[in-house]
Amino acid sequence: MSRQERDRMNWIAIGSIADIPPRGARCVATPQGKIAVFRTADDQVFAIDDHCPHKGGPLSQGIVHGAAVTCPLHNWVISLETGRALGADEGSVRTIPVKVEGERLFIVLEALASKAA
Amino acid sequence: MTEKLVIIGNGMAPGRMLEHLLEDAPDRYSVTIFNAEPRVNYDRIMLSPVLSGEKAFEEIVIHGDGWYIKHGITLYKGHRIVDIDREAKTVTSDHGVTESYDRLVIATGSVPFIIPVPGKDLPGVLSYRDLDDVNAMLLAAQSRAKAVVIGGGLLGLEAAAGLKERGMDVTVLHVMPTLMERQLDPAAGYLLQKAVEARGIKVMTKANTKAIVGNGKVEGVELMDGTIIPATLVVMAVGIRPSTALAKEAGLEVNRGIVVDDRMRTSDPAIMALGECAEVGGHVYGLVAPLYEMARVAAAALADSEDRRFVHSDTPTKLKVTGIDLYSLGDFADGEDREEIILRDASAGIYKRLVLQDNRIIGTVLFGETGDGAWFNDLKKKATDISEMRDTLIFGQAFQGGVSSDPLAAVAALADDAEICGCNGVCKGKITGAITAKGLTGLDDVRAHTKASASCGSCTGLVEQLLKLTLGEAYNPAAVQPMCGCTSLGHDDVRRLIKAKGLKTIPAVMQELEWKTSCGCAKCRPALNYYLVCDWPDQYADDYQSRFINERVHANIQKDGTYSVVPRMWGGVTSANELRAIADVVDKFEIPMVKVTGGQRIDMLGIRKEDLPAVWADLGKAGFVSGHAYAKGLRTVKTCVGSDWCRFGTQDSTGLGIRIEKFMWGSWTPAKVKMAVSGCPRNCAEATCKDVGVVCVDSGYEIHFAGAAGLDIKGTEVLGLVKTEDEALEVIVALVQMYREQARYLERIYKWAKRIGTAEIKKQILDDGEKRKAYYERFVFSQKFAQVDPWSERVSGKDKHEFRPMASVGFAEAAE
Repeated sequence: MSRQERDRMNWIAIGSIADIPPRGARCVATPQGKIAVFRTADDQVFAIDDHCPHKGGPLSQGIVHGAAVTCPLHNWVISLETGRALGADEGSVRTIPVKVEGERLFIVLEALASKAA
Repeated sequence: MTEKLVIIGNGMAPGRMLEHLLEDAPDRYSVTIFNAEPRVNYDRIMLSPVLSGEKAFEEIVIHGDGWYIKHGITLYKGHRIVDIDREAKTVTSDHGVTESYDRLVIATGSVPFIIPVPGKDLPGVLSYRDLDDVNAMLLAAQSRAKAVVIGGGLLGLEAAAGLKERGMDVTVLHVMPTLMERQLDPAAGYLLQKAVEARGIKVMTKANTKAIVGNGKVEGVELMDGTIIPATLVVMAVGIRPSTALAKEAGLEVNRGIVVDDRMRTSDPAIMALGECAEVGGHVYGLVAPLYEMARVAAAALADSEDRRFVHSDTPTKLKVTGIDLYSLGDFADGEDREEIILRDASAGIYKRLVLQDNRIIGTVLFGETGDGAWFNDLKKKATDISEMRDTLIFGQAFQGGVSSDPLAAVAALADDAEICGCNGVCKGKITGAITAKGLTGLDDVRAHTKASASCGSCTGLVEQLLKLTLGEAYNPAAVQPMCGCTSLGHDDVRRLIKAKGLKTIPAVMQELEWKTSCGCAKCRPALNYYLVCDWPDQYADDYQSRFINERVHANIQKDGTYSVVPRMWGGVTSANELRAIADVVDKFEIPMVKVTGGQRIDMLGIRKEDLPAVWADLGKAGFVSGHAYAKGLRTVKTCVGSDWCRFGTQDSTGLGIRIEKFMWGSWTPAKVKMAVSGCPRNCAEATCKDVGVVCVDSGYEIHFAGAAGLDIKGTEVLGLVKTEDEALEVIVALVQMYREQARYLERIYKWAKRIGTAEIKKQILDDGEKRKAYYERFVFSQKFAQVDPWSERVSGKDKHEFRPMASVGFAEAAE
């Protein structure tokens, strides 16, 4: 999306990057279910649904390596950038736009609202 | 009638001679070997990797005990021959064994040269010759103190690098102006010195030792100019001398070495000599290739199989220090009739020099990039006229005739008689022929059938390329199963290198062992984390993010993302208070399911992650700690009621079970460990299918291990019977510690035991009291850091981010 589009979106603060351990994740509770927000070793931040496309495992509980997470239930590896399963497995999970401003983290709620509607 | 062949010495040369002899004339001789070293034949070239920790002694054994038995060879270990009676044709050992011979082979090898300076006999002065020297150096290295290596040749530098790897502060003293001056020209010597110094080893050239100083033990080395270099260990590696005393006493002709003809016969027709002690054509040899050629010649002579003669040839020198590539061959002194071609690339640290005479290569020195060594050697051997390719010669084979720089193409272009393995004199045709004829599929096969790359291993890459060329797609080089896609190293190599290189963090392991990914994966990270926790209990900071979720939140994740919680019930014993507390917790947190486990515990299932700290707080008030039902660690010790209640009980099995559990809880292990103690052979606690089990009997405690009752079903093996509870505990703890230190991550005890062998485990744990004690003490030490209840830590706020959401958004009504 373009810079203007990003700026027009309704960004909602969810906290600070320091709230998430490096190579770790935290959850954000929403009416549509949990969103998993990841921080990689090199401080990139990604957000995806906390729901493995395989059997719904909580991806936020997985081991984070590179820009991917391994689901704790059956070891599917999900790309944090695309939400798609890597390797031989097929499936994908929704990604949520994240913005980092200084220390502060924002996600977009409209995407959630539109899904809820 | 078989003839009697007696061999004095059991080094690599006579070992190789026997292999040839057994092939050529298997039944002709009955063989007896006297070995002054108390062990079997091993690969001396590989002592340096043992010193640096890259290999274990077991890996460098050439002939194990079984080999001698299989071939009906009598081996006297630790017997030094003190007398040869040529009249009576007998030899006598220092232990008084006399053996008669029809043919005698002397292979006494060499002794290290000790500089005759004051203090040379002080404790702490070592040479570098055999496994005993390596073991003594390893012991000295534990102090992490200062070491001085006298001698900047091949052996000295390898010793220095090994000691440095082991954490010592090392200084190399070399009497000449540049290192390895016999094999390298000054320019390469200088580059080598820089490379050695870059590893943190100090180098002093033109350093002439005056004395070794110290009061009762080594304290330092004094140089001619008065400088004193402090040291607690001094290694002399200034050269070797053929060991000829025995032959001289027997009246054989001895010059520098024992004089032999080109069929290895001494001045007595019944006696042959070979190896480093032999002198043939005025030369004595110290590198393996000519020694192996002597072995072949000697075997042919003994078997009368062919008229093979020893011919002198130059042998390339390579340094076995990881990360320093060096190759030198032939004659490289300057001379009027000689020309040279030189390539220098300072930024890449590359130096290549070819010495030519009449358009033929006579000498080669390569530093930093040695891949073309074999090719230059081949050109030299065949005395190929190089005038056609003179302009590009130095760039190597890949640049000739427009051949691409693909290493496979370079190997493909080699002639069939080009030598691949210098140590064993194996040419390309022999290797490719064996691969095709015998259907070989891997490196180990090629080593077994042709010996190529079976000695120093520096041609391993070339052999692998030949496998690839010959087999094409069918070749699968991964002989060792790598840990995961992030590395080509297997678990065992990684474990050994962690210890050898003193790697103490996951990033250090990944950097030093050249991980292919930036931060690993879900397979290797938990394994590395375990290895580091196990190896450095007091120094390593557990990497929380490299643990599987269960070990991060100290509960078991369930299919719906909730958790189950199992409090510890020591030995499976509980009380009214504990049961009441559990009942209250179940009510308060509306826990949907309560179940008794197979390990005599109570499991509460379906707990929300957010509730975990509060659940633990309530359980903690009743005295419960974590049951580690989620851990790759000690899970449960199941017991029966034993002599306290049972009319058949022979011992207090409940008490012993509780004692073991209280001693061992909290320890991390490669995979889960489940135990049981039964009070009599009726075995109500089912101890004979556990990782470790005890079956009490009247006379004591029968220790069992390596059982399984999961994916595989397997009864335990009996480790042994001990008399007291204390002994039982010590044996069990030592066994588990051995498993902790050696097994691969996620490998259960029964799989590890199958790999290592029950006999080896018995030997180390039951027979060797010192080893057992050492294992026991290492376990006790590591428990100091491991026995912390993770639940109470988290009740007091540790990792609290883990148990609540970062934010709640989009709940319009809920917002205030």
